Amino acid sequence: MSTIKLTLKQEPTVVLEAEVITPDNLAALTNKEICALTVYHGKRVMRIDDFFDVVGEKSDVLEMHGNLHRVRQVGRAMSRGSITIHGDIGMHLGAHMKGGRIEVHGNAGDWVGGEMKDGFIHVHGKAGQQVGAAYRGSLMGMNGGTIIIDDTAGIEVGMRMRRGLIIIGRAAKDFVGLQMKGGTIVLCEGAAIRTGAWMQRGTIISLVELQLMPTFVESGSYNPTFLYVYSKRLKELGVTLPYLPSEGSYARYAGDKAVPGKGEILVWQER
Amino acid sequence: MLKITGGQIYDPANGINGEVRDLAVDDGKFVDTVVGGHTIDATGMVIFPGGVDVHTHVAGGSINFARAMTPEDHRRTQAFIRSQTRRSGIGGMAPTTFATGYLYAGMGFTTVNEAAVPPLSARHTHEELSDIPIVDKSSLVLMANNEIMMDLLEDGEYDRAKQIVAWYIWASKSYGVKAVNPGGVAAWKYGKDARQLTETISGYKNLTPGNVITNLAQMIDELGIPHPLHLHCNDLGRPGNVTTTLETMKHLEGRRAHFAHLQYHAYGGDDWTTMKSAAADLAEYFNAHPNMTTDAGAVLFGDTVTITADGPWQHLLYKLTGRKWGNLDVENETGCGIVPYTYKPSNLVNAVQWAVGLELLLLIDDPWRVFLSTDHPNGACFWRYPEIIHLLMSADFRNDCMKQLPTNIKTRITLPEINREYTLYEIATIMSAGPARALGLNNKGNLGLGKDADLVIYDHDKDIERMFGHPRYVIKAGEVVVEDGDIRGTPEGREYMIKPSFDPGTDDFLRPLFEDRYCMSFENYPVEMERIENPDIQECIDVE
Repeated sequence: MSTIKLTLKQEPTVVLEAEVITPDNLAALTNKEICALTVYHGKRVMRIDDFFDVVGEKSDVLEMHGNLHRVRQVGRAMSRGSITIHGDIGMHLGAHMKGGRIEVHGNAGDWVGGEMKDGFIHVHGKAGQQVGAAYRGSLMGMNGGTIIIDDTAGIEVGMRMRRGLIIIGRAAKDFVGLQMKGGTIVLCEGAAIRTGAWMQRGTIISLVELQLMPTFVESGSYNPTFLYVYSKRLKELGVTLPYLPSEGSYARYAGDKAVPGKGEILVWQER
Repeated sequence: MLKITGGQIYDPANGINGEVRDLAVDDGKFVDTVVGGHTIDATGMVIFPGGVDVHTHVAGGSINFARAMTPEDHRRTQAFIRSQTRRSGIGGMAPTTFATGYLYAGMGFTTVNEAAVPPLSARHTHEELSDIPIVDKSSLVLMANNEIMMDLLEDGEYDRAKQIVAWYIWASKSYGVKAVNPGGVAAWKYGKDARQLTETISGYKNLTPGNVITNLAQMIDELGIPHPLHLHCNDLGRPGNVTTTLETMKHLEGRRAHFAHLQYHAYGGDDWTTMKSAAADLAEYFNAHPNMTTDAGAVLFGDTVTITADGPWQHLLYKLTGRKWGNLDVENETGCGIVPYTYKPSNLVNAVQWAVGLELLLLIDDPWRVFLSTDHPNGACFWRYPEIIHLLMSADFRNDCMKQLPTNIKTRITLPEINREYTLYEIATIMSAGPARALGLNNKGNLGLGKDADLVIYDHDKDIERMFGHPRYVIKAGEVVVEDGDIRGTPEGREYMIKPSFDPGTDDFLRPLFEDRYCMSFENYPVEMERIENPDIQECIDVE
């Protein structure tokens, strides 16, 4: 299948609001029509081809190249197709996304997958703050789908998330799972402080020791059956989740009792 | 100069019910005839006096707090993009100031009454009111939990208290007095509420909510304020509160009073599981006592944000919903609580509330005494009024809507048994002529000679919501402000206020109390006249 290739030719000097760049919007358009689409350079109304070389047309497979760290809202509310980004990408990548696939060979800004409902986002580099989080004021963050960050992530990963899966490859910062209402967060190399603060439900799995808040209650050590199934799925995504009793077990902490919540933090302890 | 020819006129203030007449406007007023000028051919169209909202919350600290607390609504709501005639803004649950003016005018409303202003945020309120274009405005100052006034009433110093109330009205540049949960908001500062009229208020030895209500009503009558005491009763929102409401009405027998958002005060039952409508009982009493007026405070299903000076109630609502809660204590004056809320048809309590609002509008016989309101934004946003008009004008539509309610609602409401359908004449009464008369704004809600030329022209349309939601023309003070759904002009509205006379020594009495109790200095407290854009000081009246 053909590909639409967008290569940054002129780096924006201020933020470029590019919510128009989604497979849904571009799939039926000719090259000429794509070039004429509106992006906002700060408050100025510009065309896509003011900033990008556009090659290809009529496809829901998008490829973007260049230092895109000021380009925001790419893949907003997309429901199909794919976007592959070679370079760093700005804030709100895949916000409100409903389906499809985004892959970033580089770093991503804040709010990756903010309030997404479904779909798949894989960032091979670092991510900023509020991965899969609720926007300010909203009651609910991510409500389905999968986000994988290979490197580190900023604060408030999965804030108020309801469903879905977030995997952070290296250490995340403070407040992972803040006010979480459901879903799963896997921390391959742990997190900074206040993990699970105000969490109501949901599961945070850490493969290394975590500093826990006093409002989490130790409630035994076990090897949950669901992790056996889960690890199979994660293996497809390239993540190894230990589950065998012969290798170790998970210490379970229930909380956050300050809310009071019924969430759990599972911390892997090798035998 | 403007001529409007051939329109079918509904002008309840002059008893005109659908007659075809011509109207002439000169210099913002209706006149006999004009020569020359622009002519609007309104043949086949319906003409109403411009709408008057007797109870709404559109400016000041509380609605602004609500705006700040609901960014999630801003992202999904209608945006007003700046144009040649319009400033930018957003609609939604708590519209911004400019958008408020556009939305009200866009639906044919030309006068609004901001119903709750703490004196401390009066300056802020007036700044926002001056940014609400097109419509004329008035505001009511919150008095029933004012510590200085309550202390005086406790000590039996009625006359001094009356001077203070008059002083506060002028200091706030208000048009009248609002009482919210008298004594209850003061008690909230002790973590309590005041739900019974005869129980002593926390922090006082003798004073009861009943005392506060009757004294305030008497003061307002003696001061000759055109709009009577605007009362948000005690015990709002709770099952079984109809006894408190009836008790309050009995306290005010023989006096003028306006009962705000009566829907929230008309519940029977003992608790949330047995809650039912008591609108029929309340309407029966109300019908027999012509001293009172009310506005419905009707509820429509959907998202909104509730804001009120009733701090204790908002805390309870927050506990019930588990959603966001904002609380402001306004020093010694009043309180304020904000809780975003969603009314759901599947929820039995919400379903009862929805029915009660409509029942009150339908069971109170006299349209001159019950007015269209949602207590914006508490029951629903004001831009949803056309939905209520549709519900009032069509029993079939009501029955359709009732199908989505829980099946066990039938024993709790009387709405299914009511067949009354409002006529256009009655709609014109409850949305314009009635509230204008209750507010004492004699030039409003009236198409008679010499009155303000505020009117709205609708296309006849079987779709009632479309008809009332999208007027063909809206004319404010003789200027066409809306035509075919477009804002054509955005003139500044006036601000109505009242200057009751008070003892010139009141300043000297208040100054030491201020220095003792308030965070700001006395000199900075009253709103200066220069702050008000287009002020219009109304005369006090003689009340029998």
